Parts: sequence; structure tokens; C-alpha cells
Amino acid sequence: MTDTTPQKSVLKRVAAVPSLLGGAPQWVKVPLILLVLSFCVYLPFLNILPFAYIRTDLRPNGSDWSTVLFTIALYMIVAVGLNVVIGWAGLLDLGYVGFYAVGAYSIALFGSPASPVTKAIAAQFGLPEGWSMAFAACIPLAICIALIAGVILGAPTLRLRGDYLAIVTMGFGEIIRIVMRNSTWTGGPAGIIAVPEPPAADEDFFNTIDVHRWYWLALAVLVILIWLMRRLEHSRVGRAWLAIREDEDAAAVMGVNAFKYKLWAFAIGASLGAIAGLLFASKQAYVEPNGFQLNLSFLFVAMVVIGGSGNIWGALFGAFLITYLPERFREFESWRPLAFGVALVAIMVLRPQGLFPNRRRARELEDRKHEAEEAAADA
Amino acid sequence: MPEQTIPESTSVQDAPISDSEVLLTVDHVTLRFGGVVALNDVDFEIRTGEILGLIGPNGAGKTTCFNAMTGVYKPTSGSITFDGTQIAGSKPHQITALGIARTFQNIRLFPEMSALENVMVGCDARNKTSVLGALFRMYRIWGLPEEDLPRNPVRRALAKVIGVSRHEVEERRSRRKSWELLRFVGIADRADELSRNLPYGYQRRLEIARALATDPKLLCLDEPAAGFNPAEKEDLMGLIRRIRDRGLTVLLIEHDMRLVMGVTDRIVVLEFGSKIAEGAPAVVARDPKVIAAYLGEPDAA
Ligand SMILES: Nc1ncnc2c1ncn2[C@@H]1O[C@H](COP(=O)(O)OP(=O)(O)OP(=O)(O)O)[C@@H](O)[C@H]1O
Ligand SMILES: [Mg+2]
Repeated sequence: MTDTTPQKSVLKRVAAVPSLLGGAPQWVKVPLILLVLSFCVYLPFLNILPFAYIRTDLRPNGSDWSTVLFTIALYMIVAVGLNVVIGWAGLLDLGYVGFYAVGAYSIALFGSPASPVTKAIAAQFGLPEGWSMAFAACIPLAICIALIAGVILGAPTLRLRGDYLAIVTMGFGEIIRIVMRNSTWTGGPAGIIAVPEPPAADEDFFNTIDVHRWYWLALAVLVILIWLMRRLEHSRVGRAWLAIREDEDAAAVMGVNAFKYKLWAFAIGASLGAIAGLLFASKQAYVEPNGFQLNLSFLFVAMVVIGGSGNIWGALFGAFLITYLPERFREFESWRPLAFGVALVAIMVLRPQGLFPNRRRARELEDRKHEAEEAAADA
Repeated sequence: MPEQTIPESTSVQDAPISDSEVLLTVDHVTLRFGGVVALNDVDFEIRTGEILGLIGPNGAGKTTCFNAMTGVYKPTSGSITFDGTQIAGSKPHQITALGIARTFQNIRLFPEMSALENVMVGCDARNKTSVLGALFRMYRIWGLPEEDLPRNPVRRALAKVIGVSRHEVEERRSRRKSWELLRFVGIADRADELSRNLPYGYQRRLEIARALATDPKLLCLDEPAAGFNPAEKEDLMGLIRRIRDRGLTVLLIEHDMRLVMGVTDRIVVLEFGSKIAEGAPAVVARDPKVIAAYLGEPDAA
């Protein structure tokens, strides 16, 4: 590799920052994480120059800043979920939008009093007019439906490899959208209105005009999911996924039940996608099939790949870039597809492993030092 | 939550070593790839505690034999019995669980994982943590020995109260075992390096460590000395003997006759998918059929 160009070494140094932090002691890490988190919480109100320049609503027709933040957090959830499938298990899923749609439609169908499904249930069981399922009940329901969808898609297709899997999953994404558009029980092309918002003591807490609380909600969900996914990453499960990604046959011979773990990756990815879709539908207050076009799938894949497949932080960064930059530089809107294409090609050429490639590194530093010393003493 | 202790991974170290006990039987195994008969009615046994050599000219079917034994290919006919279980046609991970491990002729490590992680994947074959166990860590264990507790004093005190999750215990034990195995094969000094960056000899030995990590009863080595210089081959012979001394049975494919003769107890010779000889190294080496096979003369049979 041509590691000699100065530009590259700078990139490399930047890319090394997350892994440096990974090795930092607890008393550095914890306050740092808290600091970053509080900054994220404060972001909607950011008004101090020069930092305020990152806001997207400085110009008259700019996008609402909180809405952009919400979308970034939402797509970060998507990226974390898709990173499990593509980055860790190495399964190219081009139909991820399907799971996003499943999540969105789950809450719309069961949570909205206007949906044909709740109406049918209400009529069947003699429930009062305007009955719908509670928001809190819709969350596990959406996750379950997504898990089932993930298994239904995965069980027959996960025996396929590489390109074949990509094509089949792409078909799945389209099928979901087309079914939603052409069925009467999903509201057809018009979609479903009155998708509920999360319950809050104050009626106005989650309103659609001031979106920053939605952003906080998405941020909280994101943080919890990152925490959970990192637990998986550094466990038997995460290692099994990587092993499958690296060499499926060798993994199988080392005792990894490849099919089972691939199915798990699919199911977990599906449920994270569904959680994002649920948040999206809830904030929009309505769903329609056109919101789940195929190109959204490609956008999701681009997030994971640009950031550096296999690294959560890379995926987050990819999601940030792809969501934020077009909003911030709206004035160049007509150039967007071109800039996007050029950037993708440039990254693929200059840094095929992504901006922040997956650096598997030492954990539990204390234990590590001890082990390394033992090894040295032994040698 | 129930108070539980999990046993240290069972090792075969204290298994009785007797020369008569049969560990694996390959019984009239035939394996065809379309028209190619890669294995033709092959028949042999591996006895517990021995080092068995599997030799033969290129394309004789040695690797195919490994693949049939480890579930990569299903034999067209015949049966393979390991430790009393019929394994022909079982899935590779099931066979690993029963206790057969192998290395590959063309190295197949997990290139983007560190040496240590490669070995830990092997250890995971004996671990129990599930997806939900890794996510929520509800399966707690109390009354663990000191070495299985966290090193951090605060966490250590806490562990006395809330126990330690099975995930954590297994991680710690696996890491310890992996380090031990890396030292055993002599590559612990580069444990943290990505395996693709390791030198060739290290990669070969890492494959052995990874296979050993699955706690096998039978270890199958496919040309482990390929590309080694004489000094490295000498080392490898020592390593193979030490593996046997740990109580394992070893099946060795190797082209280097000096190595095979030096380390094996018995040898099986394949040619064109058929077994042409079997016996003690000295006897096999004098067998005219074997000599003919190796000199490339047309087979009289
Ligand atoms: N997957 C496969 N498909 C078709 N033919 C195969 C396959 N695997 C092996 N063969 C054929 O089976 C025969 C035996 O191959 P095998 O790899 O077992 O030989 P080998 O004894 O390991 O040789 P070497 O010493 O070169 O490693 C060869 O003729 C080979 O071409
Ligand atoms: Mg071979």
C-alpha cells in the first residue's frame, strides 16, 4: 500500500483517535463520554459563535436544526443496526429499508386509531370507537414483527452468499413497500394517519413544531443501542460474526454454527431498523409507502461502508456525514448527487476500508498488561 | 438466581491412553466429485493417543479425507465413527463439538482478527454464552476462584455480591486459555497483531493453537510443515509430540518423509483415492507399492 503520502498519514492519525480512546483508562473515558453526551444533548440550543455555524437554519430557507438532529440520530440508529449485518456478519443487505418500513408500519397499524387493522380489531372484540394499542405495547410488538420478518427473510436466503444475498434482500425491501402500497389493510398509497407519539405527562411534550425533544428521545435510544451492540461486539457472539465474515468455512470448522449466527445478525439488524422506523413514523405522525423507497436502502449501506465497515463509530460517522452535509449545504442542492457520487468513489479509491476502519483492539487494559507481562516473562 | 459454578473446560489430559482403543473409524468411505473418485472405499482406524501419518502423492485424496471427517464434505457412501458416534454427514460445528479439530493446507485464519482473537474463536466452541446472555448478562455465577474474578478491586468486591456473569467468566477463562495456547505453540509475543500481518510460520502455528482451543480429542494437521525450513520442521516435530503428550490423538498429513518417519507411530498411504498401505513407518517405507507410488510408476493393481 502507498502509505507514504502525507495526506494519507494524516487520515490515518485521525482514524487512530477512537482506538486511542479505547485504550484510555476509565477515569479518562467516563468523563469524556459524559462530556460528549452532554454536548449532544445541548446541540439543539447551540448558539455560540463560531460553533453555531454548524446549524442548518442560519439561512431563511434552511432546514429546522432540531429536525436535522433528529434525522441524524435516527439514521445513526439505522447505521448501528446495519453495521451488525454488513460490518460484523459480512452479509450485504440491500433491503434494509424493508425492516425500517416494518417498524414504521407496525406502530401505524396497531397504534393509530385510524388504521384498518385497529378498526378491525375494535369491531371484532366490541372495543370502543377510536381504540388503538398503547404506544408502549407497540414497541415490543414492532420488534417482534421485525424479528419474525428478519427470520422469514433470513432462513431461506442466508444459505446464499455475496451478490445473491444482496439481490434477494433488495427484492425483499421492494416487496414490503409494494405490499404496503397495494393492500387495503395498510391504507394503500395514502398510508395511515394519526400514528401516536410516545406518552408524556404533558400533551405538548412531543409536538411536531418544536422537535428537540424528539431528538433527545432518538439520542437516548441510540445511546442504549450502542451500549447493547458493544456488549455483543466484545463477546462470543461478536467474535462468531467476525469469524463468519472473515472465512465462513473455517469458522464452521472452529465450531461456529454459521447459519444460526447469521440469522441472529439478521434478526438483530432487523429489530434495530424497526426501532428506527417506529421513531420515524411516530414523529411524522403518518406513514406512506413512498417513504420507503429502495434508494433509502442504498443510502443506509453507504453510511456503513463510508464510515468503515465493522466499526460502530465509523458507522455513526458515516450516518452523520450522509445526513448532515446535504442539509448544511443546501445551497448546493442540485450538486448533491454528483458530490455524493464523487465522494463515494474517492473514498473507495483512497480508503477502501472506510474512514474509520475496524480496529480490533485490546480491551480490559488492566488484564491486558498483566497478560502481556506474563507472556514477556515466559518468552 | 441460582448459585452455580461452571466446570473448567473439560480437557482430555486425564483420558486413559491405551494403544488398543479405537478413537475414529473410517469405514469403506467413498467420495466422488462428479466423475472424480477422490476417496475410493477407504478404510482405516485411528487409535487413542497415537500419531497417525496420512501420506500419498499429490491429489491422492488426503485433504478430501480430512474434509469428510470434519463435515466439510459428506461421503458418497461409507461411514465414519468417532468416539462411538456416526459423524459422516454431520455439520462441521457439530463434529467440532464432539472433539475433532483441524488445520488447513492453505492457511485459513481470520485475517482481520488478532492472533489472540483467532484462538478465542476456537475457545468459544466450548463456551455457552448466547446472544441474550451477551446482551443482558443475567446468568450470574457466585463462588468463583480468585482468578476468575475481576482484577479491579471495586468490581471484585461487587462481584462477591452480585456475582459474575457467565459471559465474563467465559471471556476471562478463554483469554487465559488462549494466552496459554499461544505460548504453547510459541507465538505469544505477537498475540495482538492481526493474523494477516503475522509471518508465515506464525500463521501456521496460530492455526494449530486455534484448533487446540476447541479442546479436541483428535487433532488433524494438514501439511503443517509446508514451506518450513529444516530448523522449523524440527521445532514442529517437537510441538506435535508435545501435543500428543497433552493427551491428544494426532492425524498428520505431510509430504516431508523425514518428518513423517520421525514423528508418527503408524502410517496410512493413499494413492488415487485408495489405501495402498498401512503400518509402522519403517514397514511402510519399504513397501514396494508405496515406493512405486512415490516414484510415480504406474500402479500395478
Ligand atoms: N471440491 C472438489 N471438487 C472437485 N474435485 C475435487 C474437490 N476437492 C478435491 N478434488 C479432487 O479430489 C482429488 C483429491 O484431492 P485432495 O485435495 O484430497 O488431494 P491431496 O491428497 O490433499 O493432495 P495434495 O498433496 O496436493 O494436497 C484431486 O483429484 C482433486 O482434484
Ligand atoms: Mg491436500
